[in-house]
Amino acid sequence: MRTLKFLLQKEFRQIFRNKNILRMMFMTPIIQLIILPQAANYTIRNINIAVVDLDRSTYSQKFVNKVLSSGYFKLAAFSQSYDKAYQLIESDKADIIIEIPQGFESKLNTEQSQTVSLSVDAINGVKAAVGSGYLTNIIQDFNGQIRLDWMQPSKMSPMPTIDVESSNWYNPNLSYYLFMVPGILVLLVTLIGGNMTSQNIVIEKEKGTIEQINVTPVKKYLFILGKLIPFWVLGVIVFTLGLVIAWAVYGIIPLGSIALLYLFVSVYLIAIMGFGLLISTYSETPMQANSLTFFFMQIFNMMGGLYTPIDSMPGWAKVITEVIPISYFIQVMRMIVIKGSHFHDILPHILIVLLMGIVLNTWAVLNYRKTT
Amino acid sequence: MGTKKETVIRTKELTKKFGDFIAVDKISFEVHKGEIFGFLGANGAGKTTAMRMLCGLSRPTSGEAEVAGIDVYHNPEDIKKNIGYMSQKFSLYEDLTVLENIKFYAGIYGLTDKQIKDKSEELITKLDLQSQANTLVSLLPLGWRQKLAFSVAIVHQPKIVFLDEPTGGVDPSTRKQFWDMIYDASERGITIFVTTHYLDEAEYCDRICIMVDGKIKALDTPYQLKQNFKVDNITEVFYQLARTAKRGDD
Repeated sequence: MRTLKFLLQKEFRQIFRNKNILRMMFMTPIIQLIILPQAANYTIRNINIAVVDLDRSTYSQKFVNKVLSSGYFKLAAFSQSYDKAYQLIESDKADIIIEIPQGFESKLNTEQSQTVSLSVDAINGVKAAVGSGYLTNIIQDFNGQIRLDWMQPSKMSPMPTIDVESSNWYNPNLSYYLFMVPGILVLLVTLIGGNMTSQNIVIEKEKGTIEQINVTPVKKYLFILGKLIPFWVLGVIVFTLGLVIAWAVYGIIPLGSIALLYLFVSVYLIAIMGFGLLISTYSETPMQANSLTFFFMQIFNMMGGLYTPIDSMPGWAKVITEVIPISYFIQVMRMIVIKGSHFHDILPHILIVLLMGIVLNTWAVLNYRKTT
Repeated sequence: MGTKKETVIRTKELTKKFGDFIAVDKISFEVHKGEIFGFLGANGAGKTTAMRMLCGLSRPTSGEAEVAGIDVYHNPEDIKKNIGYMSQKFSLYEDLTVLENIKFYAGIYGLTDKQIKDKSEELITKLDLQSQANTLVSLLPLGWRQKLAFSVAIVHQPKIVFLDEPTGGVDPSTRKQFWDMIYDASERGITIFVTTHYLDEAEYCDRICIMVDGKIKALDTPYQLKQNFKVDNITEVFYQLARTAKRGDD
């Protein structure tokens, strides 16, 4: 134990003397958590719309006004013809063309039905889908209005309709930040915990100081503990910093227990540092370790369920999400922060991540050799 | 030296292969307590590999070896309590101060707080580093760093200290000081096992062993070697032997 004390003392001294580590620890979470959620926003606004109004009637005016006043659309231009509007799409000035045919109002009156055509630039699939979704809703709404206008309330019962009313549980305002910020914090803890651990050990390999440790009687598990404990502490500090930013900047206060969050992050850090450790045992230089970490971080980033729901991934991708620890942390974060889940809800997650931690660390310790 | 010499390193046909490459080829020798044993050879002759096997850093392919009476196959970790090691790569932490490095190594070798305190003061005084005790090692000149590294390598009073090209890149006057420190340690009963390719340094050793292509080609006192080869310096001995080498520089 005395040996561990000396190892820890050395590591902490080195960490606090290294300005790069401190910068990475404090600047990365601040910048990432403040900037990234603002930019990576799912709420689609500013959809440019080109209107081809061939009818120019009161109703068509009413309809266009309703679309534009929704707040999601920006008028690119009133075009004389569909072809002119199409040029706007070609030159990227418009995303959607809405074409109101001639005789829109009169046909509505006589035939009780009318078609409006939407042409959507679907290069950006999300924007296209969301944009046409909004429009469809607006049109339906408009539909309802004109029906009311015409059908005088009569003694006859009105046409039976089914109204779908949905209520959003846990995130009633569909706040995008509430969804993304906890997830991004997970990504940060992962990056810092995994990367700093692997870098630290590989740097000792490169400088040759690890050789000096290998000829001492220091047991390898003690040496590794001496490396892991400081970064575990740093990981918890970064996580705390992230929670403070989430509260101060986005007003996010976890609905569930904060102690539970810390319990999970404690276990999670063991797993992710075991992963960093494993990378370091397979790398000889910091560059090599960096490339490996970069490769895995991409997978974590894309497949951890941060940006896209795991449920809609294909089967093979779901298998990957099940073996990477980050997907469990993202789930748990959202469960505790947004839904207020309890210990028994996240117990399976804790156990799985703990198991991963044991496997990764054992593998790393076995692969770390004092003797070649 | 006494008539009955205590043996601290003993090898018999010690061999290390890396695939088809035989780095060290059946070397057998003995080193006695308190001796300064020089290991000479061109780059790639197998000096470092042989030393790494004796330190428990590298597992021999075959043959026998005993260091401080401990078998290198079965208890490489036990050997580590009895040896010091200083490699050609720089072995101190550059981002720690002089004092922090001494205390760290003394600490992990299991010295008590009292011993650590005494030892630190003693070393700092001996190395004349009083004003630099709290300076980062990265700011020290190379010669001082190497002297400090040597002192740290023997901070726990090991039976044997292995020095792998300790004076590489160090200026002549500092090299002289370094060798004074080696003599001093030897007088205190620490056996010195040193590799070098500065041939003038070979003359400072009690006995030298010249390796060519992984094999021991000569082993004797510097005086006896010069006699045997009928030359007046070790450099000539070395050239005569090295000429037979098939392996180039690596």
